[in-house]
Amino acid sequence: MVIPYGEVNEQTGSFAELALPLFDPLYNFACWLAQDRTEAEDLVQETYAKALAGLSSFEQGTNFRAWMFRILRNSFLNSRSGLAATRTVALEDEGQEAAFARATEGTPESILFEQMNEEAVREAIEKLPIPFREVLLLADMEEMPYREVAETLGIPAGTVMSRLARARNVLRENLREKVVRA
Amino acid sequence: MACKAWNDKLDAFVDGELSPDVQRELGAHLRGCASCAAEITSRLQLKSAVKRAAARRYAPSVEFRRQIEKKVPPRKREWRAIGLWAPALAAAAAILLTAVWIARRPALSPEMAMLREVVDMHVTALASANPVDVVSTDQHTVKPWFEGKLPFAVNLPDLTNTPFALLGGRVAYLGQTPGAGLLFQYRKHRLSVFIFEERAAWKQLGPDGIPRQHASFWVETWSAGGLRYFVVGDTSNANVSQLSSLMKSAAAAE
Repeated sequence: MVIPYGEVNEQTGSFAELALPLFDPLYNFACWLAQDRTEAEDLVQETYAKALAGLSSFEQGTNFRAWMFRILRNSFLNSRSGLAATRTVALEDEGQEAAFARATEGTPESILFEQMNEEAVREAIEKLPIPFREVLLLADMEEMPYREVAETLGIPAGTVMSRLARARNVLRENLREKVVRA
Repeated sequence: MACKAWNDKLDAFVDGELSPDVQRELGAHLRGCASCAAEITSRLQLKSAVKRAAARRYAPSVEFRRQIEKKVPPRKREWRAIGLWAPALAAAAAILLTAVWIARRPALSPEMAMLREVVDMHVTALASANPVDVVSTDQHTVKPWFEGKLPFAVNLPDLTNTPFALLGGRVAYLGQTPGAGLLFQYRKHRLSVFIFEERAAWKQLGPDGIPRQHASFWVETWSAGGLRYFVVGDTSNANVSQLSSLMKSAAAAE
């Protein structure tokens, strides 16, 4: 039986069949958030334990991957390092128009991101504040559609668009600084 | 700088989130507008640079994977069908079976234990959503990826004109020691090659083994240049031998 990747219902398979293929992406995402492998292991353990315990609360027909990522992300936000990382970030303006205006300021069209060193890109992603890092990784690394990112982060799809635009703008600026310094 | 009319649609275009009509319209605009086309290229490059840099950046250890796999029940629906007594009955049955099994099982020889461990590593890799951390068919990409991660160099064969293709590599662990885990394709089958520093306990496996069968997998192991090689696959022993010969020639050529 082919199991649809994103959705689950009684007929599609067991928890293990749906949750275990997410193990590597969840662990990778946890490391990106926590920046610590031991903490990431704790977060992944907690995610599977909470998902198993709360399986009955999973709404059938909704997105299983988004549900698992949301549990992990919320566990991180409630952890000590998650609280510390998000305390200093203020997303003052989530209005789309303002965000798009900022996103286009000084876009470095001449930078060839294709040629950027992977390590430089990693460092630039690590420097992003958590709200930017998570939206960027879900959209670009996990290639989630906006709807699924919105479900994972518990925000409207419009906010996903504006936050993503701002995250990419900050990332571009960081990378441009690296190119200029080099 | 992109055109004002299209500026707020560029990210959605790159993310494939525009409606088909708008997508087509913007596509047509891009053919005639160099600045918007340059902007889209830059954004596409950034998106793929993020994917390349971030995906599979961190791989879980084999121990942690097993820990999680043990905690996740294999099939939920069967439990529900059996009912509330199921956990107690299952626990009692498991204790009984384990006691009988421990009492009756023959002691596993060190050689068999080793073969089982290697086959387990191969099966775990195949079951993983990301069986390799460096995805490349190019030996000149995979070999340098291991530099700094392992205390030895990984020499890979030239697979031109052979039925094998390289899929990639990752760091594998055996007895808490890191080694190279390589994945190869043979038609629709995948074979693993594991390379570790030779240990005294492995000497009994012999310097140049012949393929042995374990749980319907063929395993060939040999020792050369202070390294222990294992080739595992579920194809015929001839394929395992052929890949082993290629690995041996690559090691000898360096």
